Amino acid sequence: MILFEALDLGLAALVLGVATWTIAARRVFGAVVGYVAYGLLLAIVWVRLYAPDVALTEAAIGGGVTGVLLISASTRLGRLPAVDAPPGAALKFGAAVISALVASVLAAAVIYLPDPAPSLAPEADAHLSATGLGNAVTAVLIAYRSFDTMLEKVVLVLAVAGVWSVAPDRFWGGAPAPLGRAVPDAALVFLARILAPVGAVIGVQMFWVGADEPGGAFQGGAILAAMWMLVMMARLTDPPRISSRWLRLGLIAGPAVFLLLGLAGPVMAGSFFAFPEGFAKPVILFIEAFMVLSIAVTLPLLVLGPPNGEAGR
Amino acid sequence: MSASTIAGFVGAGLVGLGLYALIVNTEPLKKLLAFNVIGNGVFLVFGIVARRGAVGAFPFDPVPQAMVITGIVVAFAASAFAVALMLRLAEESGSVSFDPEGGMGVDQGDEDA
Amino acid sequence: MTAADATTQGGALLVFAILLPAAGILASLALGGRAAERVALGSAPIALVIALAVLVEVWRAGRPVVYVIAGLSPPLGIALRADGISTVFLLTSALIVPAAGLFARAGFATPPGAEDSRKAFAFWIMLQAISAALAIIFVSGDLFNLYVALELLTFAAVPLACVEGRAETFAAALRYLLFALFGSIFYLLGAALLYGAFGTLDIALLAERMRPLPAVTAAAALMTAGLLAKTALFPLHLWLPPAHANAPAPASAVLSGLVVKGSFFLTVRLWFYVLPALPAFGFDALLGALGSGAVVFGSVLALRQPRLKLLIAYSTIAQIGYLFLIFPLGSGLHAWTSDGWNGGLMQVLAHAFAKAAMFLAAGLLYESLGHDRIAKFSGAARVMPLTFLTLGLGGLSLMGLPPSGGFAAKWLLLRASVASGQWLWAIVVLLGGLLAAGYVYRILAPALSSDPVALKAPPRRAGEAIALTLALVAVALGFAPDSFFQLLNIGRPPLATAGLP
Repeated sequence: MILFEALDLGLAALVLGVATWTIAARRVFGAVVGYVAYGLLLAIVWVRLYAPDVALTEAAIGGGVTGVLLISASTRLGRLPAVDAPPGAALKFGAAVISALVASVLAAAVIYLPDPAPSLAPEADAHLSATGLGNAVTAVLIAYRSFDTMLEKVVLVLAVAGVWSVAPDRFWGGAPAPLGRAVPDAALVFLARILAPVGAVIGVQMFWVGADEPGGAFQGGAILAAMWMLVMMARLTDPPRISSRWLRLGLIAGPAVFLLLGLAGPVMAGSFFAFPEGFAKPVILFIEAFMVLSIAVTLPLLVLGPPNGEAGR
Repeated sequence: MSASTIAGFVGAGLVGLGLYALIVNTEPLKKLLAFNVIGNGVFLVFGIVARRGAVGAFPFDPVPQAMVITGIVVAFAASAFAVALMLRLAEESGSVSFDPEGGMGVDQGDEDA
Repeated sequence: MTAADATTQGGALLVFAILLPAAGILASLALGGRAAERVALGSAPIALVIALAVLVEVWRAGRPVVYVIAGLSPPLGIALRADGISTVFLLTSALIVPAAGLFARAGFATPPGAEDSRKAFAFWIMLQAISAALAIIFVSGDLFNLYVALELLTFAAVPLACVEGRAETFAAALRYLLFALFGSIFYLLGAALLYGAFGTLDIALLAERMRPLPAVTAAAALMTAGLLAKTALFPLHLWLPPAHANAPAPASAVLSGLVVKGSFFLTVRLWFYVLPALPAFGFDALLGALGSGAVVFGSVLALRQPRLKLLIAYSTIAQIGYLFLIFPLGSGLHAWTSDGWNGGLMQVLAHAFAKAAMFLAAGLLYESLGHDRIAKFSGAARVMPLTFLTLGLGGLSLMGLPPSGGFAAKWLLLRASVASGQWLWAIVVLLGGLLAAGYVYRILAPALSSDPVALKAPPRRAGEAIALTLALVAVALGFAPDSFFQLLNIGRPPLATAGLP
């Protein structure tokens, strides 16, 4: 279809253009804003690639939450003087040569991928009925490659531990600095009051629906995370102290439940991380519910950063 | 040219652009942005692999898409940790540079000698 | 290893090897720094037992131990496979991690009265995370699973490198992080191409389906470049000296001894298990050349370092160079490839123990003398004999003098390069040994003089014992019997045509 081709080419040009601007922009803040815009464009590309789950994740996490992170970072870092010497012409030339080489090798590799392409779609579909799920991507994440997903949740938790660990000793146990300004805009407060409950419901809905349609734990959790961040930005609630027992339990709930149920696999179904026949979907949703909780807790903590200001316990 | 071929070129282009920026930029935050651009390029390559895996009634191969979702989340976690390090470095040394006072091992040997 | 791998006896052990430290991370995070120390040290003996059990099982069966997760076979599911080299590395990790942990009790205990402190929280959690990540790297059979493991390893190693909290440590950690992230993302890019070409990321299935394609060559180059950055092979080594030298001693021991070996292990998996049916385009010679560069460059820079910890860090860069000689010497179906394979792997093990021992000894020196300037070590050997004995024994292995694991490794590599007519590598091995002798002499010579020296505090007996034990293991590896090398070859793919003329 000529129209779609034109659309795709236009989209591609736009993505590459905004990416170039992001990289070439002089001021870091401009680059970051460009990055957020480019993240949203990418979400559209994912839709064109028939990947709605990925599009949702990219929009929520890749564009949205990463955007908040980078904007707050650039605000705090942007005021500092640039210290290092700018790159010389030789380095630029060498880098250009290497980058062009890598890009062309990659493009060639992509063009000459075998046709017909090997695919696991039929096999994934064949096992779908055993899991009781309708969304193949969710099945891959939570049923077929559950080991990967569980370990990835551990990686997330570890990232939070890493972020906390760079705090100064004297601030340990306290709370991170609040997001946003001390006296938030009245409009923001209003928005938070109205939007947050609605957003929370949408987040839960997105997780629930993800079993059979695009969506799932990551997407739903990201929306809940965004709502919590919104509420914190509107100063309706304060960032939690990292020594809080509830916070820590919320963080590990997802991976812990996943790990424990995976360990119970041999009892339930004959193998670690296996699900019982006919009862798989409830178990999967149970695990996903805790994953949503953990993701909703983890993402804002990663954006908030290490404890900063309140001394002692 | 199908959508997936175009997306493949976009992915290759993003990886190239990101790599150039990673090598050439000196500010760590810009290097982080460059790393994210490379990451998006890599995910797009996975994406076209998923789309090319369309077989019969299935419009895509779900396995690479699941890998992209995992990748996006991990990339975000990496960015968050990098930002925390940068902010802390800025607090400690007043600027964000890879070589505060010439970096490769500041002389610590004489502290208490 | 065939594609129809089913779960074998003892396979469950592999799952426990990974889930034990993973559960430890979660428990430690929830319970705080004091409990984290107990969990980390308490789970270490169990991890050791599991590693030994896996080794016994692989040796007994004579073939790899396999576990198919959820009973769903690859390509759709994930399989864990432990072959000979997996078990040996698992055991190494199960020995060095608790050694570093026990050494660290003095410096990273939670202060009395507090439930949690930053350093304790960070150290004990990251130590367990390294344990978990390495376990996955050594036994997982799926390339994407291995990517997650690489990220876990990075997120554990970088905070460990900057746990001291000074400006230089943060700068070094940030550089380390950026190199590591570059490494993982290019590894992932290669994996994407491999999936696109073959429809699976399972190592055994990929080996079966492997055939030459542009995508495969590109994937091999990209993944290797990424892994080389993580292994700090010259010229991508810039991040290592400041990161390892600025970390506290037990952290440096784990970082130099184990963490860089993780990405090296993956490079071996990639080249010997996934790609061997590929014509090599001289990649293996390139890796050997870069390794040679690392040996010379790292050793020369080590000779010039005034500080002990930096010298040891540059020595790591040099010793990592030897590891890459396994590629030109260990691939192909020739008479000498066994020697190359065994030599390269023995070098990994000997270096792991020797380097860990030396970093711990350097830590003891810093505690007792208040500095680590080599020039001011005069006479220190008289008052800290065990510490300098440790440095001497570790140095013995680094130089490649008998009896030591380092000697065994270099002897095998020399034999392989002479038998294959690749004389260049032999010259590199000998030259490297000479240079290593130079910097080991630099450390020991001033200390052996009879000048008086003032000690801030006597060295900790427990710390000295731990460091010395690790050094003795490095020496004991020199006496490894034939059955040890037979174990290393269990599960090694017979077909390896890379490098055939």
